[in-house]
Amino acid sequence: MKSGKPRRLDAEATRSLRKEFLEHVKELPDGEKVMECIQCGTCSATCPSASRMDYSPRAIVAALRAGDLEHVLESDSVWLCASCYGCTVRCPAGIPFTDMMYELKRLAMARGLLPRARQASVMAGTFAETVNRLGRNNEVALIRKYYLRTNPFAAMGQMGFALRMMKRGRLELSSHRIKGIEGLVKMLSTVEQEGAK
Amino acid sequence: MRRYGYFPGCSLMVTNRAYSISATRVARELGVELAEVSDWNCCGATAYLALSEAKAFVMSARNLALAEAEGHDTLVAACSGCYVVLRKTGKYLDEKPAVRSRVTKALAAGDMTYNRTVKVRHLLDVLVNDCGEEGVRARVKKPLEGLKVAAYYGCQVGRPFGEADDPEFPVTMDRLMGWLGATTVDFPVRAACCGGLTMTTEPDLGMEMTGRILRVARERGADCIATACPLCQINLEAYQDKIGRKLGTDLRMPVVYFTQLMGRAFGLSSQEVMAQDSLTDVSAVLA
Repeated sequence: MKSGKPRRLDAEATRSLRKEFLEHVKELPDGEKVMECIQCGTCSATCPSASRMDYSPRAIVAALRAGDLEHVLESDSVWLCASCYGCTVRCPAGIPFTDMMYELKRLAMARGLLPRARQASVMAGTFAETVNRLGRNNEVALIRKYYLRTNPFAAMGQMGFALRMMKRGRLELSSHRIKGIEGLVKMLSTVEQEGAK
Repeated sequence: MRRYGYFPGCSLMVTNRAYSISATRVARELGVELAEVSDWNCCGATAYLALSEAKAFVMSARNLALAEAEGHDTLVAACSGCYVVLRKTGKYLDEKPAVRSRVTKALAAGDMTYNRTVKVRHLLDVLVNDCGEEGVRARVKKPLEGLKVAAYYGCQVGRPFGEADDPEFPVTMDRLMGWLGATTVDFPVRAACCGGLTMTTEPDLGMEMTGRILRVARERGADCIATACPLCQINLEAYQDKIGRKLGTDLRMPVVYFTQLMGRAFGLSSQEVMAQDSLTDVSAVLA
């Protein structure tokens, strides 16, 4: 692992993590097929992010079987998935890999198991905040908040881009809030009260 | 006039309005009305799915319910990300009773219902397959003769559903370009991923993925890349110099929406197809 953090495996936590994952995955269409993985590696060969992952998609299933998912979630792996669905369409066992990656991201967020490469998780949280407030995304608001929370200096590198966009009137400087925002908020809080994943 | 429910998606309102404006305009030329669903909300995108699947489905389901209430049986998404999330929500609602009851209950809290009658389709699929070769050819006033296009589909036109096009080897846009009088180059990375949001969250990875697409398009002698998704478009058009410097090679290449090329072939002006919004030099392509 790039961070070189020593392993700390808590047997009980690991078991419950694995159990929760398998329960959730079985709710996905074709999710139960994860048990039929033959470790052929087609997913990892297909994945455009695999070369930068500590654990490639194939290795993640191997770790699941070994009962070591916690280690996977704390590594630079699932947040590098760009959601291209290449693995999903090629898997000879029909495992919905991309949906499984989303499930792992949700588990990681819920349990606070985040690796060094966690920027995508910050992006997801910031995105949801923006959308919950407006009903729609506003890219300028999103990116501003995202850089403040991750690396404000990196925002400097985007100044040229922002200027070119502004010159063409492509920067969304005012936010549009949908009329039905109250209804949408009620809908989302209903889901939350139910404790759905 | 054929009429479809239309879901532009957040990114097409300002940042990538050139796509929506050119799409609506060329659709009208083809006798297709893209009727924007009123008060639609964000589809949830890939980001919301990483946080809460149930909430992401509720977000999308509200849009499906709005389209249904307006009498549409088809909802057309222009952005591939919106297309996949909306389509996926429809699939889960059909196949997973637990998801259906959860979503139904949530919609009811906002006084809405959804009876699962709306089919989600990608704009590229609708304009090409519903209007057909004859319909498109009949509108061409200025054939794009001599133009060599790299037809780039990205990941989510064909994946994972394989409904709008083949998941591995999409051809819809290539056929369309032929009808417009252009030719397409052999483009093996046609369905490779542009990196999506990794351009922001993991720039080294994002630049590697987008850089490869630009490099191959140049190697194949394309005059431009045509896209069918706002995220692909912005990744490919905005960072050419930066990636080129990193890789030590010139990656400049005009990048346009497929709808802008349709508009030009239909005789619309470069302003009408919003060429002025481009970050790349599109003068030779959309002039």
